[in-house]
Amino acid sequence: MSGIEQRLHLHDSDTAPGDERADGREVAEGLLGYVVGLVLAAVLTAMAFFIAGTSLVWQPSIPIALFVLAIAQMGVHLVFFLHITTGPDNVNNVLALAFGVLIVFLLIVGSLWIMSHLNHNMIPMDQMMQMQR
Amino acid sequence: MSAAQESIGPAAWPEHAARGPASKRIIVGYGFWIFLLSDIIMFSAFFATYAVLSGETAGGPAGKDLFHLHTVAIETACLLLSSFTCGIASIGARAYNALMYYGNKALTALFGAGFLALEIREFASMVAQGAGPTRSAFLSAFFTLVGCHGLHVTLGLMWLLTMMAQVFAKGFRADILRRILCFALFWHTLDIIWVGIFTVVYLMGVAP
Amino acid sequence: MLGKLTWAAIPFDQPIPLFAAGLVGFIIFCVLVYVTLKGWVPYLWREWITSVDHKRIGVMYVLLAGVMLLRGFTDAIMMRSQQALAFQSPGYLPPEHYDQIFSAHGTLMIFFVAMPFVIGLMNVVVPLQLGVRDVAFPTLNSVSFWLTATGALLINVSLVVGEFARTGWLAYPPLSELTYSPGVGVDYYLWSLQISGVGTLLTGVNFVTTILKIHAPGMTYMRMPMFCWTALASCLLIVAAFPILTATFAMLLLDRYLGFHFFTNEAGGNMMMFINLIWIWGHPEVYILVLPAFGVFSEVVSTFSGKPLFGYRSMVMATLAICILAFMVWLHHFFTMGAGADVNAVFGVATMIIAVPTGVKVFSWLFTMYGGRIVFATPMLWSIGFMVTFVLGGMTGVLLAVPPADFVVHNSLFLVAHFHNVIIGGVLFGAFAGYTYWFPKAFGFRLHEGLGKAAFWCWFIGFYLAFMPLYALGLMGMTRRMQHYDVPAWHPWLLVAALGAAVILAGIACQVAQLVVSVRRREEFRDVTGDPWNGRSLEWSTASPPPAFNFAVLPRIEQRDAYWAMKQRAWQQAEPGEPHYEDIELPRNSATGFICAFFATFMGFALIWHIWWLVAASFFGAFVTFVVFAWRDRTEDLIPADEVARIDRADRRARGAALAHMQSVP
Repeated sequence: MSGIEQRLHLHDSDTAPGDERADGREVAEGLLGYVVGLVLAAVLTAMAFFIAGTSLVWQPSIPIALFVLAIAQMGVHLVFFLHITTGPDNVNNVLALAFGVLIVFLLIVGSLWIMSHLNHNMIPMDQMMQMQR
Repeated sequence: MSAAQESIGPAAWPEHAARGPASKRIIVGYGFWIFLLSDIIMFSAFFATYAVLSGETAGGPAGKDLFHLHTVAIETACLLLSSFTCGIASIGARAYNALMYYGNKALTALFGAGFLALEIREFASMVAQGAGPTRSAFLSAFFTLVGCHGLHVTLGLMWLLTMMAQVFAKGFRADILRRILCFALFWHTLDIIWVGIFTVVYLMGVAP
Repeated sequence: MLGKLTWAAIPFDQPIPLFAAGLVGFIIFCVLVYVTLKGWVPYLWREWITSVDHKRIGVMYVLLAGVMLLRGFTDAIMMRSQQALAFQSPGYLPPEHYDQIFSAHGTLMIFFVAMPFVIGLMNVVVPLQLGVRDVAFPTLNSVSFWLTATGALLINVSLVVGEFARTGWLAYPPLSELTYSPGVGVDYYLWSLQISGVGTLLTGVNFVTTILKIHAPGMTYMRMPMFCWTALASCLLIVAAFPILTATFAMLLLDRYLGFHFFTNEAGGNMMMFINLIWIWGHPEVYILVLPAFGVFSEVVSTFSGKPLFGYRSMVMATLAICILAFMVWLHHFFTMGAGADVNAVFGVATMIIAVPTGVKVFSWLFTMYGGRIVFATPMLWSIGFMVTFVLGGMTGVLLAVPPADFVVHNSLFLVAHFHNVIIGGVLFGAFAGYTYWFPKAFGFRLHEGLGKAAFWCWFIGFYLAFMPLYALGLMGMTRRMQHYDVPAWHPWLLVAALGAAVILAGIACQVAQLVVSVRRREEFRDVTGDPWNGRSLEWSTASPPPAFNFAVLPRIEQRDAYWAMKQRAWQQAEPGEPHYEDIELPRNSATGFICAFFATFMGFALIWHIWWLVAASFFGAFVTFVVFAWRDRTEDLIPADEVARIDRADRRARGAALAHMQSVP
């Protein structure tokens, strides 16, 4: 069996997304995971709301900071609530997620890029309608 | 019920042979995960449209004039807490602890309903101000993106209540535990999408 | 009470659709009466309508595709004859009817012929090739099929009740907005595609899960037959692309129903966004269709050359590369829309890059054939016809990928010729190859070879006659979708194209005759071995047609081309002993799919005609259906080990006798 075959052979140890890592895990440990997730998510949310309303930081950096915080919080949700991790048993789940994220990225960035160029090159529709009148 | 009993193939193969079909829990969880990814991609189409049209206010109100961040903060808290209690309820289901399951599922439903109520109130007040979805392309995109998330929460609540009734009627059966897993994935994913919404729509809409 | 629906919706003043609808209705009525009188209804209900067996569902998909092919081809014949006649004259189709016909033709052919055909082949074959008993979610599979059928039904209802869209197969706004298309045509289009789109999405989810999570023991990813890989890539594209279609159509629906301003001319709407979004779905869609066809060709070429597939690894890589690149080229469908030189250049280059993995595939097939002992059976003819035709279509595609060249022929018949060249030459030839190749597996007897070959040659020659003139016409400046024209130079070419359509009609007649003749002489064409073509993958290792459980004992796979390897071992060694049979659990039949589609049909119809109480009632009905389904306690039926052993022994006896016969006749 070659290298790629071994890497692609993911069946032996596998978990469903959302599964706890071990079946017999203590309830308390499970609870702890959710509490940590909740605290992290709450902190990140609070930071985002704070930054959006404050004048303490350099204004042009705000959207970037908001983006970073949102992506961090999505990561927290994925790891602590959806139990999507980088472990070997999770490869299929992560690969599917990566494919989804790639499509989301292409869709949003591509659309914005194309539409900004279209809008730049074309007369806005309402002006065009007025010209026809 | 153990994974081996549930699997489609014979219970045990000789050690040297690779494993056959995965257990049903893995199959169902993975299938639902794929479905959720497709749902995320659907939302991304609405996000892209919102991003493209967010400046097209057609002389009408912009986000700055309409959004109240404290309502959004309460909505966010509701959804985050409901996500948390949903997770606890899943642990309860896995531990066959009925009280933990029902209690937390009820809280999940309550927080979810609270979120919906706030959102409906926000929508109603916007429509009353003459800033309904037919006012401008920006508002069309706003109502569709946020409303689609709200619709998912509504369907999730219907599902949640049905699942509570089902656990009541049938107990913690293997197939019902799989559905609880799927519901938890669905509910947590809605929270992730809400993170995108409050960041892109509300915070960036209000930020200078 | 009935919303917008009145007697005026039925086109009493238009003889052609009314006559066609009356004829179709009469045929359906006769079939129903015949089936009822023969007492087949319980059998159909038990064994087909409520079946969750992937093989049965696959057969129903292919049947749906075949029937819709006849409908879509009727539209094609009408368009070709209209254009042949409409030189300096109005022809026989009034413009509003002609517009509906070209819209319906495109919609039907893509969504209700090509899609169900490839999905049907996947359904029949993929679990068998993986060596397992069913797909991941059998009942969901049935739901998917019936939702697709609902969409097809709604489109055909539009023939009689109301009208169909006049906006082309993608319903570009602002033409498709309420202002310019106030009728129900666009609503028929949108709702039928929304409903069938849900079915398609669920199929995608189902097959991605099946292929990644359900294997026979030892069936690692790099041992999967090529068709499974291409089905996986196609379903990944479905999962990623169809939600975008759903979202886009949802926005157009909101514009039409609730006065939103996504794609309108007023209030800041931007119709370019629709075109952008629909092609983010639309480009992957062509790969959703053609990738499974590539898989079929890989299987067919390898089987009929008697060789393993050349460059399996590079084929897998090429498939996955196409799966990603398919999402990076969508702008080439609207180069002329004004994004500017830099954006156009990026997407033009990306489009040329995607031709590379496709080229890798073509060379792999050629090298598979090289040095092989090629059997020119009908599936192989379709494959060779494909290679010639598809390479030609691919090259015109690369031509169109050059933005300045695209500006010249955009929206002309050159484009129409190009996409028919790749879709007929790629997808349809692949579907027909797969149909002929796997028909004996599904039904236990082969199709008539002579008529199959005649069908191939008619299609092949008819295709070239019908579409090569369109390339010339496009270069001469004829745009697509013209109801009439005054240019004398175009007329002869259009006459040739009409002749080509007639030759294709002869091909379709051959196919119908082939099916009828084969069914009547099925004992003569009976396949007792389960392996009529000396196949290589696991579907040939079970009986034809396979038992409900596919494999009495799940096969154990030790290398690629698993069944070929088993046969090699069987020649060398003595027949292995009888396996140990165990009880098999199979999912129970369920009417969920059918009932769900029943409500979806009413819901779609009610939404089209604004009958709001019926919408609510149907939604409630569908919800109750799901709850009832979720509430059932027995989800599986048990087939006892004795029964499994009885069925499998009969198969092994037949196979053994056939083998002995083959050895005794040198």
